[in-house]
Amino acid sequence: MTAQIASPTLSVSGLRRYFGTRAAVHDINLELRRGEVLGFLGPNGAGKTTIMRMLTGNLAPSAGVIKICGIDLLDKPREAKACIGYLPEIPPLYRELTVSEYLTLAARLHRVKKVKIAAALDEVVRRCGLNNARSRLIGLLSKGYQQRVGIAQAIIHDPDVIIFDEPTTGLDPNQMRDIRSLIRELGAKRSVILSTHILPEVEAVCDRVQILHEGRMVFSDSVGGLKQKRVSLEEVFVQYTMNIEYPANL
Amino acid sequence: MITVARKELKILFSTPLAWVILALAQCVLTWVFLAHLDTFLRIQPQLVKIANPPGFTEMIIVPLFAMVAVVLLMITPLLTARLIAEERRNHTLTFLVSAPISMTDIVLGKFLGMMIFFSAVIAMAVALSMSLLAGGPVDFGVLLGNVAGLFLLSACFAALGLYISALSAQPATAGAGTLGVLLGLWIIDNVADDTNDGIARNFSLLAHYEGFNRGVIDTFDLAYFALFVLVFLTLSIRRMDSERISA
Repeated sequence: MTAQIASPTLSVSGLRRYFGTRAAVHDINLELRRGEVLGFLGPNGAGKTTIMRMLTGNLAPSAGVIKICGIDLLDKPREAKACIGYLPEIPPLYRELTVSEYLTLAARLHRVKKVKIAAALDEVVRRCGLNNARSRLIGLLSKGYQQRVGIAQAIIHDPDVIIFDEPTTGLDPNQMRDIRSLIRELGAKRSVILSTHILPEVEAVCDRVQILHEGRMVFSDSVGGLKQKRVSLEEVFVQYTMNIEYPANL
Repeated sequence: MITVARKELKILFSTPLAWVILALAQCVLTWVFLAHLDTFLRIQPQLVKIANPPGFTEMIIVPLFAMVAVVLLMITPLLTARLIAEERRNHTLTFLVSAPISMTDIVLGKFLGMMIFFSAVIAMAVALSMSLLAGGPVDFGVLLGNVAGLFLLSACFAALGLYISALSAQPATAGAGTLGVLLGLWIIDNVADDTNDGIARNFSLLAHYEGFNRGVIDTFDLAYFALFVLVFLTLSIRRMDSERISA
């Protein structure tokens, strides 16, 4: 049991990705344990989404190893993918389906056992506050509800690693707060990676923060450590990503 | 794979498109059926005088199934265009790719969903033919040959449509492309008719169906259809996989 807690749920080493000759992601190493929420920060185009797409098997890396719960994503994609829940930047929703039809589909695709589907559905619907939207068509839901359905689809199979790409964009402050507390709750027992542009969100939700700039990891620290040093995240962010004469770039 | 197929059908039937297509196909087929029935009844007195007169099967079912082939050709682009192109446009492809299933599962699932829909169209034609049982015997051998032929033919249409949909980012482009290629593969047949047995004829989809239509099952036709489906399904899977690597 202790070994299970100690072993990382996600470990990434030497991850690279080239688009043509341009390196979008450069030598990324990452390790995540159960009960950790990692905040991914970085200016637009820094490579956050590219990394997340590689972690979820949507994009093949040019080099590097990705292990999810100890399973190599490239060797055994099916087994590894079963341990991940992914909410892309644009939630992948079928507008023609109702919320429960869609979530049942998600459960089936993720091989949730037939007898457990109904229970899993009730659980995510309760967690994501979708109870009064169950039989409504997804296409007719508001942005906030659609985002919640997107989150529900990512967690219905109770994955160990959850990856959220900008989950709170376009939401009102109340919805943001709801989703943040949900992420906190999810992060208690699982590993969560969260990419965002909202710095206070990272301070509120994450245990650890990593800043990405031009495909490189330029900063990594725990949120608690930053607070102790009395440095604000904004200062750090600006310092690391506004740096015009970034040495390795030349 | 079956989950993907079920999803395809559910989404297909949740829009009016599938129902409109089924209704229109049924209208066209019934029209053709009744027209041939009418002709048959008119010339029946003369037919009796011939030593070995053609029955219901030759006079009505064969031309009816030839028409089904054309109807299938026309509706294929409308249905297959959205298979992958639309998922790509709506960003839902990520949903399938992130799930613990392989590209093969996704492509075969979509293909299977399409085939189930086509089976419904074929079943409608079979039901029309069965109504002839009320008036006399039907040659079940020819009927079965026709059903098998149509099934293979529609598998070819679906595989080709699926591949073209995998190539494009927009459903409309995929639809136009599929219609163009299918029409091309049909026209080859018409051009080749004059020269008879030219090489071009071997590539025509509908020409390979003609044997089945007459009730003759030729291994060459079988091999052609099997190869056609296999090639385009493989190409679709490879295309989807390469997108992950190079896009």
